[in-house]
This record gives sequence, C-alpha cells and structure tokens, in this order.
Amino acid sequence: MDLKSLTIKKVKEGLTKKEFSVLDLVRGYKKAIDERNHTVHAFLEVFDDIEEKAKNVQKLVDEGNDLPLAGVSVALKDNILVKGHVASAGSHILEHFVSPYDSTAVSKLQSAGAIILGRTNMDEFAMGSSTENSAFGVTRNPHDTGRVPGGSSGGSAAAVAMDATLLALGSDTGGSVRQPASFCGCVGLKPTYGSISRHGLIALGSSLDIIGPITRTVSDAEIVFDTLKGQDAFDSTSYYPSEKKEVKDKLRIGVPRQMVYVPGLDDRIAKNFEESIFKLQNLGHEIIDIELPNAPYALSVYYIIMPAEASSNLARFDGVKYGFHRNGQNLIEDYFLTRGAGFGKETRRRIILGTYVLSSGYYDAYYSKANAMRDLIRNDYNKVFETVDVVLTPTAPTPAFKIGEKIEDPLSMYLADIFTVPANISGNPAISIPSGTVLEGEGSLPVGIQFVANHYREDVLFSIGKSFLQEI
Amino acid sequence: MIERRDVEKLAKLARIELSGDETDSFVKEIDSIIGYVDQIQSVGTTTPQATTTHSQTNVMREDVHPHETGFYTKDIIDGAPDKEGNYIKVKKIL
Repeated sequence: MDLKSLTIKKVKEGLTKKEFSVLDLVRGYKKAIDERNHTVHAFLEVFDDIEEKAKNVQKLVDEGNDLPLAGVSVALKDNILVKGHVASAGSHILEHFVSPYDSTAVSKLQSAGAIILGRTNMDEFAMGSSTENSAFGVTRNPHDTGRVPGGSSGGSAAAVAMDATLLALGSDTGGSVRQPASFCGCVGLKPTYGSISRHGLIALGSSLDIIGPITRTVSDAEIVFDTLKGQDAFDSTSYYPSEKKEVKDKLRIGVPRQMVYVPGLDDRIAKNFEESIFKLQNLGHEIIDIELPNAPYALSVYYIIMPAEASSNLARFDGVKYGFHRNGQNLIEDYFLTRGAGFGKETRRRIILGTYVLSSGYYDAYYSKANAMRDLIRNDYNKVFETVDVVLTPTAPTPAFKIGEKIEDPLSMYLADIFTVPANISGNPAISIPSGTVLEGEGSLPVGIQFVANHYREDVLFSIGKSFLQEI
Repeated sequence: MIERRDVEKLAKLARIELSGDETDSFVKEIDSIIGYVDQIQSVGTTTPQATTTHSQTNVMREDVHPHETGFYTKDIIDGAPDKEGNYIKVKKIL
C-alpha cells in the first residue's frame, strides 16, 4: 500500500472497493512509525487499542454505515484529550495525567470513523516554535534531521511528513499549526477563533487557542474542518454560522509588503514569496497592494496577552490534582517545589512574564494597552476584507532552523511567529500551503505561504489553496 | 528595566521556585522581551479599550442536563497524588 499518496477520498474508495481494510491501514502506519519514529521522535506514544478500534470501524463499514472519516488515521497533539489515555502537554507536570473524558474534537473524529493512532510531541504547554521545549526530548524534521520541525505542533507536522499518519491535529495559539506545517511541507489550517470547540484542549491562551488539522492536501483539511466545526455546549466561545456563501473562482489577493519585508526575512523566502505571487497571477487571481498599519505590533501584543492568559490558566497545576507532586514542609512549599520542578524553563519564563504584565502598576501599560491594540489590529483586517478576499504573506520568515540554533535566545525564537501571530490576535482563519522548497547546503527544505481570510471564510482559504496547489 | 528583585518577587507571586542561576538568566531574558513589547507604548495613545468594536455574539444556554452525580469522581480522584476515600488530601492550612 502506498501511504504517501493516500487521501481521505482514496481511503474511502479503497475501503468501498475492498482494496484494503481498516486494519491494513492501521498496520501500515504502525510499520511506518516503527521505522522512522526512533529517529524523528514525532510520536510520544502509539495507543495500544488501535487494532481493536480498527476492527470496530471495519465492522461499521461492512454493515454499510457511511462514515465520512472511516479508517482515516489521526495523530493527536499531546494537549488534546482522549478518555483513558495520557495527555501530558509535553510537560512533566502532566506526565501521568490520564484524561477522564474525550475532547469534543476527538468525539467528533471517532464518531466519523477515524482511528486515533497516538499522541505527538510538542513544546511544553504549546509554548515554543521548535518542539525543543518538550519535557520528553526534541522532535526532528523528517526533511533534515539536524533541523527542527517547527512548533509547537512539531510532532504532529513531522508525523504527517514522515508518512506515519494520514493526518494530524495540532493547536494554534500564535502559529503552532501553520509554522510547523510550513517547515515540514504540509498543509496547516488555523480556523476562525471559536469555530472548533476547545473542550478538552489543554489551555494556553484561551482568547487565542484553536485546534487545527495538519494534512497533505487542502481537500483533506477541508473535510476534517467540516467534521470538527460548530457550536458545542461544552465551550461557550464555540460558534459557526450555518449559511453557506459563494466563493468566486478568481480572487482578490492583498499583499501587505510593508509587513512582509522586515529585517530577518530570509532572501530565499522572499524569492519564493515573489514566485508564489507570480504563480497566483498566472492562475488568474488579482494581486492588490494593501496596508495593515497595526499588524507589525501583533507580536508585541501577543507576548503580553498570551503570557497573561497562560499565567492564570497554568495556576491550576499545583501538585494537588494532577499526579505530579513534590513534597515540602507545608502546602505553600509544595506549590513552589511542584511548580519549580514540574514546569520547564520556557513555561516558567512565560508564567513570570504574564504575572508581570498583570501586576498592579503595569496592568494598564501592558495588558490594557495590548487589548486596545488588539482592537486596532482586528479593525485593520476588517477594513482590508472590504476590498480583498485573502491576505497573502509567507508563513514564516525562514525555513526550518537548526536544532539548538535559537533555544538560548527566547526573543529570536518568538520572531519565528511574526507572520502567523496577527491572525490569532484578530481571530481570522488562516492556512499555510506548501510553496515549494529552497536550497540549503546539499539538500532542500520545504517552505510555505499563508493566506488569511475574513472571519468564518475558511471556504475562501480552501478555494485559493486548491487553486495554488492545482488540486482537483 | 527589570531587576533581580522584580523577578524574585514575581516568582514568589506565581508560586515558582527558581534557582539562583536561573533568576539571573530570567532577569536578562524578560528584560529583553519587555524591551521588545514596549514598542506598543509608542502607538496612538487612545484610552485603553475605548476603541472596542467587537462583532461578538453571546452564546447562551440553559443551565440544565448535568451529568450524573459522581460520574467522573473515581477517575478524577485516581489522578490526584494523595487521596482518602472520595476526597483529595492536602496539608493542613490553618
């Protein structure tokens, strides 16, 4: 079986024509994991119930049930809960936490016939852009194992890139689905804020977090998104409008050159970006110069709002409820020791930063100011979507960097998210699409371009993505 | 400018133990991050939150259909490091 060329549609056809069984698929992926995971370290765990689940789904298929994701393998980022399985968020503090319930995303996947293969490595609590911040070791980029896969959903992107799953779910707070997708040559979708339930997603920044698929094709991302989207009683911020809108064939693409051409932009990325613009023009789309005057401040706004929200979300990890515990003389000393030993360096750094921007005396200058700026950025996007259908930028300013290259300098790591963060600040949907490769030493590395659309216009992203990749 | 005693105070507020070396590196790193995010201070000083124009909708539901009492109790208690019967055990605080 050729796992490389599989898509959700081909899985459906193959199962219908009985060319292969659900068990064949699961065993095929298990074999690929066994072959490559010891080098790449994309998976933290392969679940021991996958063959049993495969047999159950096969039975449903044989009985004639039409399941949209029957037999489709999914790798899950380690912060998405599955009942009865560990979800550690890449952290020692949750190393032994077994979820008592399924996340809504997992319930929907399983009802649709998907098989959850296991959980993938990530930066601790999704804090990072390289997957080097995991408490359980680094993940390597399958295209060059000396380099990072991106992050924080690096394990999910690497799992897809090494053909060890048909697709994966990640979570995106500031680019954590799109940036690793671009580093690994995959498609990565960050949906509109609230469009997929966050119930059962371990929280980082609650006003920014969203689950998103990492896939090989745009069509697969679309099918997964359609399965997962919609209002959920367990998440009061979840919502998706029911009416369908028209998407034109030829789209108006806004290019914010002022925002793209910044110090730190790799020349090869700039060249690939201009070639992508040329290709889009040749496909009949219209390129329009636009300005997003406040978007360049998005990264600053992000590094105030996200740590603020993280510092309060992570207050619950106190050594009382979730397994990990360090014993002190009294309860407060238990807290200090448990949180000091259970959280890694980046997590502690961000909790302290969040505590700073929320502390009395600095609250107005940082947290309130950042929220006011957030409105300005959102208004910038609302305004440009009066004249264009999508906004185009590179996904990341560089291709995959070397393991260890940025880990000692947090600020340079943060700059890897400079193009992806604005869509989280504004809540807009965005997609990273593979746009070819750039030369690096003897080999080449994949790179991606990013399209951002108006709220709830994922349909526009799928249309332009398919057009760019010439997917039928 | 972030100073060493600021980081020590914040770590205390956040209930995080830091080693001496780590406190030094955090002072430097947090100061450089704050130096970067301070760029927003130069932008048009509208009164914070005066520009709020969210096109957001409240999603309400009735407070009904709770899960069966005790449905998750065992699984949750099992996850706690210290327990006694159906209770999570903590050190005396009074």
